[in-house]
Formats: sequence, C-alpha cells, structure tokens
Amino acid sequence: MKKQVILISALASLSFFAGNAAQAENVHIVGSSTVYPFASYVAEELGATTRFKTPIIESTGSGGGMKLFCAGHDSNTPDITNASRRMKPSEFKLCAKNGVRNITEVVIGFDGIAIAQSKTNKPINLTRKHILLAVAAEVPNKAGTKLIPNPYKYWNEIDASLPHRPIIFYGPPTSSGTRDAFHDLVMKALTKKMDIYTKLYKADPVKNKKYKKYKTIRTDGIYVPSGENDNLIVQKLTKDKNAFGIFGYSFLEENSGRVSAATVEGVAPEPKAISSGKYPISRSLFFYIKNDHLKRVKGMQEYINMFVDEDMIGEDGNLTEIGLIALPESQRDEVRHNVKAHKKLTAKDLKH
Amino acid sequence: MNKIVSTKALKRRYRKEKIFKGAAVFALLLAASFLVFFFSNMIGKGMSAFSQAEILVDVHYNEASVKSYRKAVDKPYRKIVSRGWLRTLPLYMEDNPEVMRTTRQEWVLATADVDQYLKGYTNRLKDKHKQQIDKLQEEGRVKLAFNTGFFTRGDSKMAELAGIKSAVIGSILVLLVTLAIALPIGVMTAIYLEEFAPDNRITQLVEVNINNLAAIPSILFGLLGLAIFINFFGVPRSSALVGGLTLALMTLPVIIITTRAALRAVPSSIREAAYGLGASRWQAVFHHVLPLAFPGILTGTIIGLAQAMGETAPLLVIGMMAYIPDAPTSFTDAATVLPAQIFTWAGESIRAYEERTAAAILVLVTILLSMNAFAIWLRKRFETRW
Repeated sequence: MKKQVILISALASLSFFAGNAAQAENVHIVGSSTVYPFASYVAEELGATTRFKTPIIESTGSGGGMKLFCAGHDSNTPDITNASRRMKPSEFKLCAKNGVRNITEVVIGFDGIAIAQSKTNKPINLTRKHILLAVAAEVPNKAGTKLIPNPYKYWNEIDASLPHRPIIFYGPPTSSGTRDAFHDLVMKALTKKMDIYTKLYKADPVKNKKYKKYKTIRTDGIYVPSGENDNLIVQKLTKDKNAFGIFGYSFLEENSGRVSAATVEGVAPEPKAISSGKYPISRSLFFYIKNDHLKRVKGMQEYINMFVDEDMIGEDGNLTEIGLIALPESQRDEVRHNVKAHKKLTAKDLKH
Repeated sequence: MNKIVSTKALKRRYRKEKIFKGAAVFALLLAASFLVFFFSNMIGKGMSAFSQAEILVDVHYNEASVKSYRKAVDKPYRKIVSRGWLRTLPLYMEDNPEVMRTTRQEWVLATADVDQYLKGYTNRLKDKHKQQIDKLQEEGRVKLAFNTGFFTRGDSKMAELAGIKSAVIGSILVLLVTLAIALPIGVMTAIYLEEFAPDNRITQLVEVNINNLAAIPSILFGLLGLAIFINFFGVPRSSALVGGLTLALMTLPVIIITTRAALRAVPSSIREAAYGLGASRWQAVFHHVLPLAFPGILTGTIIGLAQAMGETAPLLVIGMMAYIPDAPTSFTDAATVLPAQIFTWAGESIRAYEERTAAAILVLVTILLSMNAFAIWLRKRFETRW
C-alpha cells in the first residue's frame, strides 16, 4: 500500500516541478467568429513557415473580443482583437479608460452574403425589405398598424410585382457567423428604423427589448436552418427550384455552375460591387492592434505583416480562397501604410 | 370458491411481474441499442480518418523552392499536394542543408479533397484533377497510408494536416494539475471530516455544502476559475494550469465523497484494535484505515478525473476553447483539450473534418473507457471484503 502513496506523491511533485517553466510568448488574439477562419489561417502560416510560435486565437465574437482587448495592457490581455464591424465609440472609451490608447485599426476585406437560387430559375430582384418580410417571425399587417405573425407564404403576397412562388429559405443556423451578418445587414438594419418595431421597444424597454433591433426569424418551416455546411445548401437549391439559399459569397463563386444570385436592390453580389459598398448585404472585416504590445510579444509584428501582405489579402491571395473579398488595391496599400506607421486610432475616426 | 379467487390473484401477480420484467428488459435493450448505434456510427465515420492520402512525386530541393515553396513539386501536382506540407520545406532545407540541389521521389501528403475523393466522400475536386488522381492510382502512385500525422500534429485549418497531438498533451497536463491539487486536498478533507471532526453544526454545514457542490453545473466552476485564478491571482489565460485548477475545483467534491465512503467502509473494529494496542488517532488512521481504504479512494479519483477529462463547459470561460495548434511545453503555455478540439472540429464546414471529429471522439472514448476499466481492475484487485 505504501508504494501507491509514493507513486501518487511522486506524480504530484513532478507536475509542480514542471510548472515552474517560464511563461511563453505567444501572440494572443480574440474576437469575431467571422474573422476567425482568416486569422487562424494566417496564424498557422506563421507557425509553419517561421520560427515563431503559432498565435493563439479565441473565437469570442466581436463584442466579447473588444471587452477583453480593452480590459488593460498587461501581458494577460489580448494583443489583437478581430471584429466583423467597426469599434464602437463606447468601446474606444473603455479602452482609453483602461490605458489602452495606442491602437491601430486594420481593414482586411469584405464579407458578402448571397441570396441564391437554382440556376434554372429566371433572374429575380429582391429588396432587403422583401427579404425581411419573408423571413421575420412578426411583420407589420397590411395597414401597418400592428405586428402580426408572418402570414406570407408566396412572394407575390409581399409585393404584387414578384412571382407567385412559395417562399422557402435554406439558411445558416443560429451558431453561424453568416447568420449574424444576415441579422445585422438585412434585419436589424431595417427594423431599427421601422417605427412599428421600435415603438414597442420604447413603450417597454425591458419586456420588449427584442424590438429595438428586431431580428427574430420565423420558425414555421419556411426558413430552414441548414447546418454550417454551405455545400449542403447548394445541393438543396438544385433540388428545390422554389427555394432561396443564404450563404457567404465565396460559395456562390465556387458553385456558379449550379446556382445564381438574386440581385439585391438592383445590384448583383460581385467583388466590385461588394468592395465599393454598393451591394447592400456586405460588411467590412477588421482587426485592432494593441501597439504597446508590439515590442513585448515576439512574432506579433510578423503576424500582422503576413496578414496584410498581398499573398493573403490580395485579389489572388490565400484568404480569398477561403471566402474573403479583397479590398480595392488603393485601400490595400493604405492599410499596409497604416500598419507600417502604427497609425493611432482616434475617437474622431470612429465617428463616421 | 376461496381457492379460485386466490389463483386469480396469483395469476394477476404473476402477470404484473412478467410485465415489469418485460419493461425492464426492454429498457436495457433500448439503452444497449443506443450504445451500439453510437459506437457503430462513430466507428463507421471515424475509422477512415486513420488513413490518409499520399502521392508519390519528385520533390526538388533547391534555391528556387526556398524562395517559392510551390516550385518544389512539378506544376501538374501543385493543386493536389498539400500546401500545408509544401510550406514547411524552406525551413526543412535550412535545417538540413545536405538535401539542397537534389531531387528525391517521396510520398507526400495530398490535399484533403484528394483524400476525400479516394475515400469516396463528397469533395470539391475538379474533374481534371479527378482524372489525374485516377491515372496516378493506376500507376500506383497514390495510396491511403496510416495517418500518423493525426497523432503527431496539432490542429490545422487544412483538414489533411489537422491532428490531436496538442489537444492530447493539453489534456494530460490539465489532468496532472487536477490530480496534484484535488487528490491531496480531497483526501485530507475527507479524512478530517470522517475521522477527526466533531459532529457539530459547522461540520454538518460543510458536509451539506460538499454534497451540493457535486451537483453544481460545471460552467459555474468555469466562472469561478475566471474570477479567482485569472482575474485575481493572474494565472495566464488559456493555460493548462488554470484549466487544471478549475477542473480540480469541480473534481474535489467527487473525491471527498468517494473517499469518505471508502473510509466509512473500513469496519470500526480495525480502529478499535489499533487503539487497543495504544496507537494514537493519527497512527490508527495512517497505518491502518487509510491503506485499507486506498483502493476505494483511487477508484473515486480515477472516475473524478475521467469526468474532468470529458469536461468542456468550464474551459470555454477560461479561454481553452481556442485555436491552439502548438503542443504546450509547460503548464503556463496556452493549451487546449480533447473535448474542446472535438467541439472546434464539429463546427468546421469542410467535409474532411467530419471523419476527424469522429476519430477524435473514438480516441477520447477509448481513453475514458480504459481509465474506468483501470478503476474497476484496481477495485477488484485490492478490495478487501469484510
């Protein structure tokens, strides 16, 4: 029996002994789940092709990332945070309050959402309002006086100019970054300006919080959450001619033989239209650098340089292969210039 | 008359018994079929991940490939050879200058799409590459080899490179910390409560609380770990140390409860005999009671550790559910664990991760089953019946 006691205590002391090793210097990155695939791709490239350690990336969501990033500037806080939207002025203030004042903003490219259908269909033009009315759980009644559960089953019920075609959507599930983007760019963008929703919020901010920026999707079988696998959505579209699919732009590109995109407010989702901001369902992707950490953390500058390099964010870069839409060339040069100069982000930059 | 009534009642009782027995057997069969379904599903999906497509190509080691690693293989192969493997070549040549200016025929890693195509799964391979692979296969230059990379590499964004090494090492480090913290504290607490503590309000309160702690949702331990270890003590986020400490909090009640049960199972005649020979309380406990209770304590500890090993929720809060491809080399390095790795892979959209997810589940289940089997073996081997 004594042997067992010795064994256990040996194990215990061994583990304490090993615990004394010095803290390693990894770049620590947090933030948006939409940027995560791109960031981890670059991180892996850095780990594989240089002698630096692979940066650690936590997918915390844009808001969660900002909170961690702005918590302070000691070594236990993240060095970089990714975001699928700009930093909010309130977050900038939080950063400043905690002593994080020297931040550089980097735009890496765009993310666009396609509303696609089987190629055998006639081309169709939709507006964001049409899409909202087709997928929201509650919509204004015909008179526009109050919200009712979504009654629409055919597109021509929403707008007489649209065809008599059953509404059916295959889209991302709630866990997905594409779903978040869809919420933000299609639903919230409209509902936050529609009195019929916001009026309810103003009447009772606690109980009716969801009406401030309404984004609830109907669950009566018309919107079918189809897993994170966008390939599956493409397959379903080829089988179901009535259906529309919601997925990231890159999949449209890859499957252009089988599906085509609806134009949204007259604009087709093409790289030019997305990067110029004409296509309404697109957004910029960012990351923010804590410049105070650059000297302390080995490999951080190299990671950033690798990220903004033409090989990654350029038009034929590796990141465009996994779905990023490149910035226009002049903007890419500006980004690289900003990174080089460690351009300091100011509250004024975030105003517009 | 009386007799008939009684046989009727008897029949009814027998029938009830039969129904009950049938229901119980049905429940057992249902549970077993769930298990069989789970295992056959996981094995069916996961086994293919243990083999991996490789292609026999000429690899050029020269200055041009140092500059641009794509040039290390001839053009027709650039789309079917894993870029993740190619990009490691410049550093390899730097470390091994003797290979420079040579061309060697080697089996190299193929892309995940080639791999999936060979295994007959859906893939995004273009038709011309499919034909190319078919032709290479006729020439015997494509094979499915044992996937050693799955065990020797960490996580990757390229499915063909993704492995479980960093997660396995992370799991081991986390469990060592958990064991080192939870076992001594848990056993000491249990010994005090069982052998030394007076039976008063305070010890009763402590007991009730320990029993309650064992039933607390594990995510709360994560929040506790975040508040105490990371924010207050400044233990590095995402490290094996903070993970182990947090899981130790979770494992403590299990160890305390099982240790107390094991101590209680030692008959008081042992203690009384020791006292009768003039042993002190300390001597009675450490010379006699504890050794006899040890198999029970170990069983409880192993089951507690197995539970900790499969845990993910508390680790999410302390930053261990992250992209950490490098294996940790110390307790303060960032680390991830097997269940977290499984979770990450399950969310990947590329098809090739599906089989890897299943394979990682098989590895995790195998480890857990062998830990539990070891616990059973210990109990059988050392258990004393009174």
